[in-house]
Amino acid sequence: MASYSTNEFKGGLKLLLDGDPCSIIENELVKPGKGQAFNRVKLRNFKTGRVLEKTFKSGESVEAADVVDVDMEFSYNDGEFWYFMDPNTFEQVAAPDSALVESGKWIKAQELCTVTLWDGVPLVVTPPNFVELAVAETDPGLKGDTAQGGTKPATLESGAVVKVPLFIEIGEVLKVDTRSGEYVSRVKD
Amino acid sequence: MTDNWKPAASLETLKIRARVLQSIRAFFAARDVLEVETPILSKSAITDPQLESFKTQFNQSDYYLHTSPEFYMKRLLASGSGDVFQIARVFRIDEQGRNHNPEFSMLEWYRLGLDHHALMDEMEGLIKNIFSEKQENIIFERISYQQAFQNKLGIDPLESNAQQLEKCTRDNNISIPQGMDIDDKDMWLDWLMIMSIGPSFSKNGFTFLYDYPASQAALAKLSEHDSRIAHRFELFAGELEIANGFYELTDAEEQAARFMNENKLREQRGQKVMPIDLNLLKALKAGMPECSGVAIGLDRLLMVLTGAEHIRDVITFETGD
Repeated sequence: MASYSTNEFKGGLKLLLDGDPCSIIENELVKPGKGQAFNRVKLRNFKTGRVLEKTFKSGESVEAADVVDVDMEFSYNDGEFWYFMDPNTFEQVAAPDSALVESGKWIKAQELCTVTLWDGVPLVVTPPNFVELAVAETDPGLKGDTAQGGTKPATLESGAVVKVPLFIEIGEVLKVDTRSGEYVSRVKD
Repeated sequence: MTDNWKPAASLETLKIRARVLQSIRAFFAARDVLEVETPILSKSAITDPQLESFKTQFNQSDYYLHTSPEFYMKRLLASGSGDVFQIARVFRIDEQGRNHNPEFSMLEWYRLGLDHHALMDEMEGLIKNIFSEKQENIIFERISYQQAFQNKLGIDPLESNAQQLEKCTRDNNISIPQGMDIDDKDMWLDWLMIMSIGPSFSKNGFTFLYDYPASQAALAKLSEHDSRIAHRFELFAGELEIANGFYELTDAEEQAARFMNENKLREQRGQKVMPIDLNLLKALKAGMPECSGVAIGLDRLLMVLTGAEHIRDVITFETGD
């Protein structure tokens, strides 16, 4: 079985810890000048979504998690699963709600997302950094509340709510940064 | 295209760095300490199991890049050089991260006739000089290794065994790393040092930790009054290790025994046995004067001076960039 030594540790490396697939967020070597070196590692557990800290004596080996990132197109949501298709192989996978806690509100049909598969099962779906979505609902025109800094909430077609400038109207297509959840610009046809 | 070709540190930091180098040279010039340069390449290498040397070849022989200029500088001392200092680039495998780069700058100096406490006094003076432009009052504290463990954890690091240290770790709710060697007392001491003692040091000041357990003597003389301790010390800024020094071991036979013991350890751990520096042993035999010496990690000192979070912020280019 594949494994990694602590000296291969770096951000993004996928490990299997206590049976759960995890991804390294941060790896810090702690080493007293003349003494034993240790690795202090921050990881995200893909199954629980939790961030945990773990320490290793340097030189230890840890089992690699068979995790791969695949770009897949979102097809539809049947209320229970979210279906994605690999545009090259046409292979389909069904992701549970738990894989889209952060991302579900940003994606619409045909959106190309990164699906993280563990032994073929979707763990996490990551939307593109920028998405273009139409405004489904917002207060009309400039009537917004200036006390809120010249912005008003708008509900997008995918369900996300973002703060937008007062001039934005229903039906307009917006570019949004999914990492910060912030409005970027209007998309001109 | 990224801007990877550009320097890691800002020009402002590089100017501070240049000023620090000038102030170090002025400090030693005023004290008649001779600046020297010694070879980076050597046929022998350090045996310390915690350090790995870069290796290369020349004339069908293996050569190693030094991990510190210590051995050549001691040969100078034995030859009658008097007090010497060096600002050297040193190399260590497997170290890259927030506080580590595989090559880094070391300030190392030796003072004849001084014990480790007198050398600590001089270090305070040097560091106060370097930090003088910050106009802040710098605080230095000194505590023995034993006292630090007793104060923070209520345990005597000299008398307790591995099992007691393991229990102390659990009792203090300190996590236990994967791969811990249960019977290795020094490994437990190192772990408690990292997790508990270091973090207890004054956050904005410097702490000298002195008189390490004899098992961690490295190249320090053992105490004449208490064979459980070695006259080794370290300097910390907050919990960041800045320097390591010794009241130097001058006994050739004791030094030879320590080298061979370390090589034995390396063999047991599956590491390569390193060629011992016989010329250093000969120099010690010829007679090295009583002295104390210390090595300061200059990049880390600059991190403290500039408030940098990462070593790359104080060096021109990171290894590999």
